[in-house]
Formats: sequence, C-alpha cells, structure tokens
Amino acid sequence: MSSVDFSWLIGGPQGSGVESGANVFSKVCAELGYQVFGKREFHSNIKGEHSYFTVRISERFIHSNVNDVTLMISFDAETIFRHYDEILSGGGIIYDSDLEKTTTDSVRTLDNYFKERLHKELESKNKPFTIAGVLEIAKENGVKLYPVSFKEILANLAEETENPRLKGMVRMYNVIGVSLSLGLIKMPADSLLKSIDSIFSKKPQIAEINKQAANYSYDYARTNFTHFSFTLSGVEKQANTILVQGHQGTSIGKIVSGCRFQSYYPITPASDESVFLESNEILAIHDDRPGSIAVIQTEDEISAIGMMIGSSLTGTRSSTSTSGPGFALMAEALGWAGRNEVPIVLTIYQRSGPSTGLPTRHGQDDLLFAVTGSFGDFPKIVYASGDIEESFYDTGKCFNFADVYQVPVIHMMDKFLSSSVVTCKRFDPKKITINRGKLLDKIEGEYKRFAFTEDGISPRSRLGLDNGVFWNTGDESDEFGHITEDPQMRIKMMDKRMSRLDLILKQVPKEEQVVSYGIHDFTIISWGSTKGPILDALEILQGEGIDIGFIQIKLLHPFPAESVKSMLENVKTVIDIEANHSGQLGKIFKQNVTREIDYFILKYTGRGMTSTEIYNSLKKIIENKANKREVLEHGS
Amino acid sequence: MALKLADFKTTVHNDWCPGCGDFGIVNALQMALAEMGIERDKATIFSGIGCSGKTSHFINTYGIHTLHGRVLTFAQGGKLANPEMTVVAVGGDGDGLGIGAGHFVAAGRRNIDMTYIIFDNGVYGLTKGQASPTLKLGEKTKSLPTPNTNYDVNPIGLAVASGFTFVARAYSYDVRHLKDLIVKAVKHKGLSFLDVLQPCPTYNDINTRDWYAGEDLAQEAAERHSRIYKLEDTHFDPVVHYADETEVNEKLAQALIKSLEWGNKIPTGIFYKNELISPFATRLTDKIPNYLENPPAKQNISKDGVPTTDVSKILDSLKV
Repeated sequence: MSSVDFSWLIGGPQGSGVESGANVFSKVCAELGYQVFGKREFHSNIKGEHSYFTVRISERFIHSNVNDVTLMISFDAETIFRHYDEILSGGGIIYDSDLEKTTTDSVRTLDNYFKERLHKELESKNKPFTIAGVLEIAKENGVKLYPVSFKEILANLAEETENPRLKGMVRMYNVIGVSLSLGLIKMPADSLLKSIDSIFSKKPQIAEINKQAANYSYDYARTNFTHFSFTLSGVEKQANTILVQGHQGTSIGKIVSGCRFQSYYPITPASDESVFLESNEILAIHDDRPGSIAVIQTEDEISAIGMMIGSSLTGTRSSTSTSGPGFALMAEALGWAGRNEVPIVLTIYQRSGPSTGLPTRHGQDDLLFAVTGSFGDFPKIVYASGDIEESFYDTGKCFNFADVYQVPVIHMMDKFLSSSVVTCKRFDPKKITINRGKLLDKIEGEYKRFAFTEDGISPRSRLGLDNGVFWNTGDESDEFGHITEDPQMRIKMMDKRMSRLDLILKQVPKEEQVVSYGIHDFTIISWGSTKGPILDALEILQGEGIDIGFIQIKLLHPFPAESVKSMLENVKTVIDIEANHSGQLGKIFKQNVTREIDYFILKYTGRGMTSTEIYNSLKKIIENKANKREVLEHGS
Repeated sequence: MALKLADFKTTVHNDWCPGCGDFGIVNALQMALAEMGIERDKATIFSGIGCSGKTSHFINTYGIHTLHGRVLTFAQGGKLANPEMTVVAVGGDGDGLGIGAGHFVAAGRRNIDMTYIIFDNGVYGLTKGQASPTLKLGEKTKSLPTPNTNYDVNPIGLAVASGFTFVARAYSYDVRHLKDLIVKAVKHKGLSFLDVLQPCPTYNDINTRDWYAGEDLAQEAAERHSRIYKLEDTHFDPVVHYADETEVNEKLAQALIKSLEWGNKIPTGIFYKNELISPFATRLTDKIPNYLENPPAKQNISKDGVPTTDVSKILDSLKV
C-alpha cells in the first residue's frame, strides 16, 4: 500500500467558489505529482444551498473516494454541521472561528430531516446545538481543530497591501481556504501561485489579489497551525498525465471521432459536454483547413434527436448528450432511427430518477430503459464506460458501432463520472480508429437504401449524394424505403434489421464486450462508474490476502450472455453491484444467463459509492454476515 | 438536359381520397422543382405524419417521412449539416400547429434557409376527421360528435410572431399560383412558411371546394363569387424594405391584421417578407468562418481510418 492516501473536503454555499477552490487544490496536487480523484456534490439550486467537493490524492492511480476525510476546510457553518463526523482521528478541520456560536436553527439551508438527526446526536452527547458543540465531538474523536478568522485575514491583508477594498472580498474565502490547507500540510507554495495564475489567466488583476491572499493565508497557516501529522511535499511526476473533468472524456472523444454535429437541450448533468464542444467548435485538422462542429441548442430533447437524425442522414457523424428525462422524450424518434437504420450516438449522463428524482445526484437507474426504450422491436447498442479515460476511447467505438451496424448507439455515462475530476494518462487519439462501415461516396446505377444483403446491412447513401436518392419512413418499408404493409416484406425487413444483434455479438471483440479483472469463487458483476470504487475496494482486500473476482460488462445490449455465462461457470457466489434500487443489471443477467444473483450491493441515495463502503459490504459477504441486499448509505 | 415535371414523379401508388386538395400541392411542388431546375439528388422533402406525410414518397427527390409533429426538427438538422441542399418540409396543420407547435415557434427564431408548407384543412383526416388546430370554435365538421370547443390557431399570425421571414398563404386548387409561391418561398433567403388551404373532401364538409369558390355567396349575387383573392392584386406591400424599427413593426402589424381576414374574403399571397434578418447560416458563419465552404457533411474526418482532427492543444491545456 502507498504511504499517501489523503482526502480533502471543501464545502460552502453554492456560488461561493467551492468548485474553483477545489480545482485549484486538485491542480496543485497534480502538479506535485500526485494522482487525484475529486468529486463534486451539489443541490439543484443556483445560489445558497450546500455544495461540497472531496479531493482524494495518492501516489498511485486511484479510482474512487473513501469514507474518511483527512482534512476539511469550511468557511460556512453548514459544512461543519454536515461533515464534522466524517473526519478521521488524527485528521483536521480548518474553520472560520467567527462561526463558533452559530446555532443549527440560524442556518436556513439546514433541512429539518437532517437537523432532527443532528439534534438527536448532539443531545445524546450532551452538547449545545452550535458549531462549538459539533466541534467538541470532533475533538473527542481525535480531530485537530484549526480556528482562524477569515474576516481578520482579509482585514490584515487589506492593511498590509494598503488596499482597503480587500476587506470585503468574501469571494476570496475559497482561495484563502485552499491556501490555509496547503500551508497546513506544508505543500510547496509555488505551484499554488502557478495554478491561481492559470485559473484566472484572463483576469490578471483578479489573479494578483488572489495571489496576495494565497500568500498571506499560506504563511499564516505555516506559522500558526502546528501539530498536524500529515505533510505532503510532492512526489516524482509521472509523464503524460492530464487532469480531466468528467465530461471531457466523451467530448474530446467526439471531436477526435469526427462528430461534426451535436444538438442538445440543457439538462444536468449532461450539458457540460455540449458547452465544452461549443467552446471548442473550431477544430484543428492535420494538413487541412480548419474543421468545425456545429453545436445546436434546441427547443427540447425531441428536437435534439430529430436534428441529430436529420444531420446523420447527410453522412455527418452526429450525436446528442442528455440525461434520463431528456432521453425519455427521445424515445419515439429513437425507434424511427432504428427503423431507418440511422447511425446516431446518444450519450446519456444518468442521474437519479424517477421523474425529476434527484436532479443533481448520481444514479444508474436508466439501464433497463436504455435497453428497452421506445416501442417496437428494433436493433440498438447500449454500451457503458467505467471511467473517464475509458469514456474517451469508448466514444470512438460507439461511433464506429453506429456506422458499421447502422443502428442507434446509447453510450451510458452518469453523474458520478460527470462531476469527477481525475488525473489519468493523456488520451491517445491514435488509438481511436474511424470505420464508417458501408457509407458510400459514389453511386452508379439503381440504388436501394434497404437492399437485402448477405450480412443484413445495406450500402448507405447520404442526403445530397449524386444518384443516391432514397426514401425513409417510420412505417415499414420496402428496399427503396417506400411504405409497405406486405406481410412477406415485413418478415424480411424485420429479420434483416434484427439479425444485426447476433452480428454485433459475433464481431465486436470479446474484450470490448466484457472486461475481466479476475474470476474467483466470489465474483462481482457490474457496469459503468462503479468500476472505480470496486477496483479500489478489491485492492484493499487483496492486501489482506482476499481475492474477489470482477467482470465489468460494457456491452449491455445485445447482452453477451454466452461470454458472461462461461466466465462465471466456476464461480460460487455472484455479487451484483449497482447504483439503483432494483438491481437492473441483475435482472438482465438473470434473464440471459438464467442464473440467480447471490448478493446485491446497491445504493440509491444519489451519492456515488465509496470504495470503503464496497469493501465493508464485500467483507460481510465473505464472512457470511451479509443480507441478500446490501444497501449503502454513505455521504451527505 | 432540362428537368421535366415527370422527373419529379415516383411510381408509388397515391392513396389519397379522390378530390383531395393534397394532389394540387404535390403537383405544384413538383412543378416548382422542375421550374427551378433543382437536381433530384440536391433536394430533400421532409414530411410529417398523416395524409400529407406521404407526400415525400410521391416526389422523386430524397424523401424523409418523419414523425408526427417533428418534421421541422429533422429538416433543420439536415439543412444545417448540408447547407447546399434544398430543403422543403411539409405536414398537416395538426402536425405543425398542434403537436409540433413548439418546433414551429423555435424554427422561426432560427430562420434557417428552407421552406415549410402546411397542408391546412381543419381536420385530422387519417384518424377519421377529428378537429385540428385551424378549425374554428363552434364549428362541427361531419365526424365531430359535438361542435369544436377550441379556438383556432392563426397560422399566418403565429409564423409572423415567431420570426419566420417569409409568410404566405395559397389555395391548393389554384395550382399555378401555389407553384409561383413555392418558387418564391424556396428562393427566399431564410425560413419561409406557406399556409396552403386544402379542402378535405371526406371530413371537412364546411370549408369545401364549393365554399372556397363562394357558391353559397354566388346564389345571392347570381354570379361566381370566390372567397379567395390575391394580395398582389391589391395595394398590399408585404416587403420590409429597410432595417428600421417603424418599418418592421408596420409590416409585421399589417401582416397580422391581414391574417385575421376570414369569411367572405380570404387573402392569399405573400403577407410578410423580410430578408434583412440574418439567416441562421450567417449567424453560424460569424462564429465559424468557413462553415458554408466546409459544412459538417463535407468535412473529411479521417484518412485511412485514422482521425485527422488534431486535439493536441486541448490535451496540452489539461496537462499537469
């Protein structure tokens, strides 16, 4: 095991710069050679509600958060009320000393459900309902407290720099908090200033005062804060490392894969991807004039999918990005694309449903809907990525699947991934290939868009191509694409389209369908973003001499039943891990593999799984102390 | 070789009812394409759902028969990706002004250079004659159990208010006039809208061919007295001539007032035309200078299966 495993938490009201504070901290750590896994939690709210960011750092690649926080920085009372009990013994809390007398009732954003639980806890320990009260508990738990008046820091800074305006700059509380943290753990200061420069690169004046505040606070912590047992001084930097935001895997993947049209309607947590694409709409092309991607914000998700299909019919690689509610609106047109064999890629950043559900929280509840979504039988592909790095390469695969098999491809992502910030190996665009399947550049003679062929896939024309005139319809059609209700033609067309599902299972390389991380008596099946916390949990178990297997199923439809079945042949206990209530993968597994799931580890609080939680549940399963359904609860 | 009307006809069996107003529209559209000399493979007809939705199968160009209410979304996507292509979208009034009304309004705001034709007959024909958005309040067409309880949508007024920059009305039995208007609509630089009054002989027994011809009025006057008249035969000037607020507002208001005229006199022709509003392609070109020369559908994205896009700058910015 590595020597460094440090978790830092910053919290504050939404709009107070929690995220940019965390970005500075993550960047500094990455600059110093550490691997970073950061994750943001926030309410469906613009300003005022509680949001927080946890950044875990280590010397080796990490894939998840853990339960325990090593150091928390808070410039508001709510963060302390909500997170004081997450700090491990020996860890620390830096907090604004002016908050000590703040009562729970004076914090308007503390909801009653939470307050009731907190009051009960404080009562049982005979503490007042104040910040001082919860901090006493933390202290009794072995947590070190570092009080500092943020107001005073600003006042002193204003005096020292002879700039009275600084006195009221509460917007800098985030940078002050980050700098105090770095001072406490004795990180070198130069990368802090560098990362402030890069974050405020367009506003040099703001960068300047932020640097003054950073310097002052950093020195303040080095001088005044003592006896903290964690210091981080940097490690050897690994070459070719990047620090990426959750949506950047799919968005940069789309650019490389040649996606030149994206239509979308704003929805959390998917829109970041489209905004990134539009910010990078002009593209550099090797040995050629610039290219571009048209990013169109539509009036609703129905229009987004309609436009994407219209664009794809011209031969343009086209996609959209949405979440559950938007995907539901797309269902009718999805079937149209299936019926007309139109290659499209839908990137679904899942959140927690049903309906609006927990709109800014995580969930993996849309798997069954993705698999069965839209009425009628038609072929499609559902493919899931396990982490951000994977999502870059998978995006390339999804566009190839769409073109080669002429089907809609649903690329499953989720909020856990989208709101993560991680270090990973620099994406390698050379590892993405472009295969456009039977897309035609030239047509001579009679052309039939849906011509019957040996493999069931017809050469594809595109709107505007010379001599390539064809018709599409949502009705059943003949080979030209004209409406037919002939029963024999119906059988042939249905069989032609549906035969693709077997072809996909046959042709897609097995290792792209299911990834095995070892098979043992106890083996986990899972899909999507649970991959990270599972791998981290398995590593801890391995350290204890316990081997548990894990297969990550990436191709979820058509389901690779035979591969999964044979992989699990000698497995005694199958454990399904998913972030939903009903164990949706488990249902698909049971139906296809005709085998029962022995244990479920499920979480549907809307918060991502930590490796600690998974580790604990797996331990219980091995020790035969677990329930059939282990339901996880960590995270506020 | 000059293109003939016959070049734009398919051999697909047309199953519309005898006497249907849709025939006039398909003919006019085919005539317009031939007259403009647009190659078959350089035009796409997008259609919605319903009787009018079948239009794309009868025309020998690219034909995309889409979903109920969604025709404009497919058509706009196609045009944006391949702006060289001539795009005409067609659909019924229920399709465009009922289920598709949101897309109608949003399309107006974008002003993409294409044409939208609504087959306006006041009923949902293919589902056996229910009331559609343009049927007047209190009217009871043949298959309605009780009179219509909804107020009618004013297609011309809605188009003008939504930002369409060419707004016109035609009558499907005046095929030549309709054809002329289609040509003008297609040539217009921006989004053009054509509301085509089209009797449904099977289900709309109020706004019939005879009614439009004014037979009921003719009895009183002892002569033919068509309700339909052409705006171009009056002193009506629909064109916004210069980019001045007063000029624009006057022309918009004039179009709206004219669109309310109904009953014994029904205006056809161009209600509003404004080429001073930037088409969407211009708005894109402001951000992506070579959008029109190198649009999405024409871009080379790979060479021998290797991506040609260079993302090294983006990746460099993420480097630590």
